[in-house]
Amino acid sequence: MATRPQHRGRPKPARKGAAPELYKASKAQLIKFYREMLTIRRFEEKAGQMYGQGEIGGFCHLYIGQEAVVVGVQDCLLEGDSIITGYRDHGHMLAAGIDAGAVMAELTGRASGISSGKGGSMHMFSTENGFYGGHGIVAAQVPIGTGIAFAHRYRRQDNICVTYFGDGAANQGQVFEAFNMARLWDLPVLYVVENNRYAMGTSVLRSTGSRELWKRGDSFKIPGKQVDGMNVLAVRAAAGAAIDQVRSGKGPYLLEMQTYRFRGHSMSDPALYRSKEEVQHMKAEHDPIGQVKKLLLDNKMASEDDLKEIGREVKAEITRAAEFAIASPEPEAGELFTDVLAGAGS
Amino acid sequence: MSITITMPALSPTMTEGTLLKWLVEVGDKVEPGDILGEIETDKATIELEAADQGTVGRLLVAEGTEGIAVNTPIAILLEEGEDEVPEEEIPAAPSPQPSPAEGRGGQTPAVSEQLSAEKPKELEKAAPQIPPDVKTKLMTVREALRDAMAEEMRRDQRVFLMGEEVAEYQGAYKVSQGLLDEFGSARVIDTPITEYGFAGLGVGAAFAGLKPIVEFMTFNFAMQAVDHIINSAAKTRYMSGGQIECSVVFRGPNGAASRVAAQHSQNYASWYAHIPGLKVIAPYDAADAKGLLKAAIRDPNPVVFLENELLYGEKSEVPDLEDYVLPIGKARIMREGGDVTLIAYSIAVKVALEAAEALAGEGIEAEVINLRTLRPLDMETIKASVVKTNRAVVVEEGWPQCSVGSEVSARLMEEAFDDLDAPVERVSNADVPMPYAANLEKLALISTEDVIRAAKKVCYRS
Repeated sequence: MATRPQHRGRPKPARKGAAPELYKASKAQLIKFYREMLTIRRFEEKAGQMYGQGEIGGFCHLYIGQEAVVVGVQDCLLEGDSIITGYRDHGHMLAAGIDAGAVMAELTGRASGISSGKGGSMHMFSTENGFYGGHGIVAAQVPIGTGIAFAHRYRRQDNICVTYFGDGAANQGQVFEAFNMARLWDLPVLYVVENNRYAMGTSVLRSTGSRELWKRGDSFKIPGKQVDGMNVLAVRAAAGAAIDQVRSGKGPYLLEMQTYRFRGHSMSDPALYRSKEEVQHMKAEHDPIGQVKKLLLDNKMASEDDLKEIGREVKAEITRAAEFAIASPEPEAGELFTDVLAGAGS
Repeated sequence: MSITITMPALSPTMTEGTLLKWLVEVGDKVEPGDILGEIETDKATIELEAADQGTVGRLLVAEGTEGIAVNTPIAILLEEGEDEVPEEEIPAAPSPQPSPAEGRGGQTPAVSEQLSAEKPKELEKAAPQIPPDVKTKLMTVREALRDAMAEEMRRDQRVFLMGEEVAEYQGAYKVSQGLLDEFGSARVIDTPITEYGFAGLGVGAAFAGLKPIVEFMTFNFAMQAVDHIINSAAKTRYMSGGQIECSVVFRGPNGAASRVAAQHSQNYASWYAHIPGLKVIAPYDAADAKGLLKAAIRDPNPVVFLENELLYGEKSEVPDLEDYVLPIGKARIMREGGDVTLIAYSIAVKVALEAAEALAGEGIEAEVINLRTLRPLDMETIKASVVKTNRAVVVEEGWPQCSVGSEVSARLMEEAFDDLDAPVERVSNADVPMPYAANLEKLALISTEDVIRAAKKVCYRS
C-alpha cells in the first residue's frame, strides 16, 4: 500500500491556474465589500467578548477570517434566492441583510432574538431574507438546501439556493445523496464548501482521503472549482460565473472556498492542533479585510480617514446591537410551550 | 405420477391471488422455466414459471379467477409416458377465499372471516362522526390511502409524493398505483435508495412552502432518515420561534410484516410518539386510512403516518363523502362494552376485536378503543371508557419497554388511578428481535389468547 504523503507545515494558498480570476469591482462595490466584511468581523469580536462575559451561552462558533466567502457570494444573489448553512452562521445572516441586533439578541437568548430566544447561535432563521438556517447537525443543511432548490424548480422560479457547508461536512454521506438527486433532477443549487482546513480539531489532511474538495461532485457530473476564499474578488468572480450557470437551468455547481478561521472552532477551543505561526501567517498575508483595505488605499479609492469613518460607523452599529441584546428581556415563561406545533398554540 | 402445480406465494404477505391468464393449453409440452401464465398478487403481476418438464394435462382454474388461496392446485402436468390424469389425482376444485388478505399469515383465518362480516355493522354504531344515513363504500386500506393522496393532490398543487418506486413501479406495495398517470413525474417522484438524503430534501421543500408526502418503503429504512425527521422536521418550528413551517407527511408501512425477520419487522410508534413537534398517526381500517391521511396532508406540522403492510389488503367501509377528513388526535370506539377497556392501534385493533368477540362468549363485554393518533394521545376517550369499565388492557404489536402501552398505562395511573379496580395490563410482542422461523415468529407476536388472558386477569376471572 502506498504511503500517503504527509504535507505538514505552512499550508499553500489556493493554486490552480496561473493567477486567480478576479472580479473587477467598482469603488462603490469595493467599499461595500469592505464595510460588510468589517461588520461581520466586529460583530464576531463583540460576540466573543460577550461570551467571555457570560452574556452568551452554549456553543458559539465565530466566522472571523472567513468573511470574504459570504460577502462575495451574497453579492451575486437576487431577490427570492435562498441560502442555508451550518452552525457557523452569524456571518451568513449579516450578509443576508438580517439586523445585527436581532442576531445578537438571539445569542443572548432574548425574546427579541431572531428565533425568539429559542434557537441560539446555531439555530437561526429568517424566511423574510431567504435565510433557512442555521443547522446544528453537520451536513443536515445539504439535503435541506437541495430541497429548497427543488421547491424553486417545482414553482418554476428562476431562483437558486446557495447551500454552504464545511470541510468536515463534506465527508458526510448525506452530502453525496443530495449531490446525486441535485444532478438527477438538475436542481438550481450552488454548493459552497467553506474549507477552513479544520473540522473542529482535525485537519483536512487527517480526515480526508481526497483533499480536492472541489472535485467531490465529479461522480455526479457536478462541475466544481477551487477558489481563494480569502479574496473577496476571487469569490465574487467564481460565484458569479457559477450562479449564472445554475440559474440558467444547467443544474448544480460546487465551489470549494479555501478559507481559514482565525479563531478556534468554538469559544472553548484552544486550537492546539495548529501552530501560532500558521495562524499568524494567514492573518498577515491573507486577511480578507486587510486585502481589500490595501486595494482601496493603493488605488486611492479611499483614504485612511475614510476607512476609519467606516470603522466608526460599523462599531456604532455593533455597539447598538450588543446593547439591544443585553437590554432586551428574556422570553416570557409562557413561551416555553409555544411554537411546538402550528395551529394548536402548543 | 402427474405433477400438481399450486398457487405460489409470491411475497411474504401474499395469501391469495388472481389467475390473470394462461399462456399454455392442455397438451402443450413445457420445460422448466417456461412461462405458464400470469398471476396478480396484492403487489404486482408476476409470471408463473414451470419448475418441471412435462405436458399440460389439466388447467384446474379458469382465467380471471380471483381469490385463489396460496397452495391451491391450479394445473396438472403429465410426466413422460402419461397421457391422461387419473381421476383420483385430480384435486377438488378450489373455492375462492371469502375475503382477501385476512388472517395474519394464515394464523387466524376463521376469526377474521367472522370479523370482516361484522365490520360494517360495527362502523354504523361506533363512528359517531358519520351520520347513519351516509352511504359507504367498501375498499381496501391500500385504495383508501391512494384515494386520499389523489384527492389532496387534486385540491392542492403544493402536495407531491416522493419515495422509492412510487412512480413508474406504481408503489412497492401498490399504494401509489395510478398516481403517476394522473399527476405526472413532476409530482410523483421516484427517488434513489437514499432515505437520509430524500427525507432531508423533502424537509427542505417543506421549509420552502411545499407539502411533500415522503414515502418510506417501510419504516425500517426510515432509521437512516430519522435525524431529518426529528432534528430537522420536528424541531425547526420551535427553534425558529415559529418562523419556519414544515408541513410534511412521512408515511409507509410500519411493524411486522410476515416472515421478514428482525431488520424488517419493527414497530417504531413509540420512537416517534416520543418527539414533541411531531404528530403521529397509526390507522387501522380503510376509513381511518382515508380520513386521517387527508388530515395529515393538510396539517401544517410534520406528521409520521404509520401504516401496516398486513392491513393494506383488508377491506372495510369508508364513508362515500366528497371530502372525508377525520380529526387528528381523536380515538374511535370500535366496540362498546362495560367490563374492560382494550386500547389498541394499527393491527393490534384487529387482535383486540377478535379477543372482544371471544370474551363476549364468556360473558365479558370489552370496549375496544382504536387510538388512531398516538401523538397527541386521546386520553379523554381512554379515561371516559375506564371510568365506565374500571379495567384496562393496552394491546400493542411492538416491544414492551418504553412503548405506547407503557405511556398509556402510566397516564392512566396518573390521571385515573381512583377509577381503576386493577393494575393496567400490557399485551406486547416478546422482547426479542423478530425471529424468522414461522413458529417462533408466531410466539413473538401478540395473539388473541394473550389479550383474552390479560382481560380476564384485570377482571379477576380465570
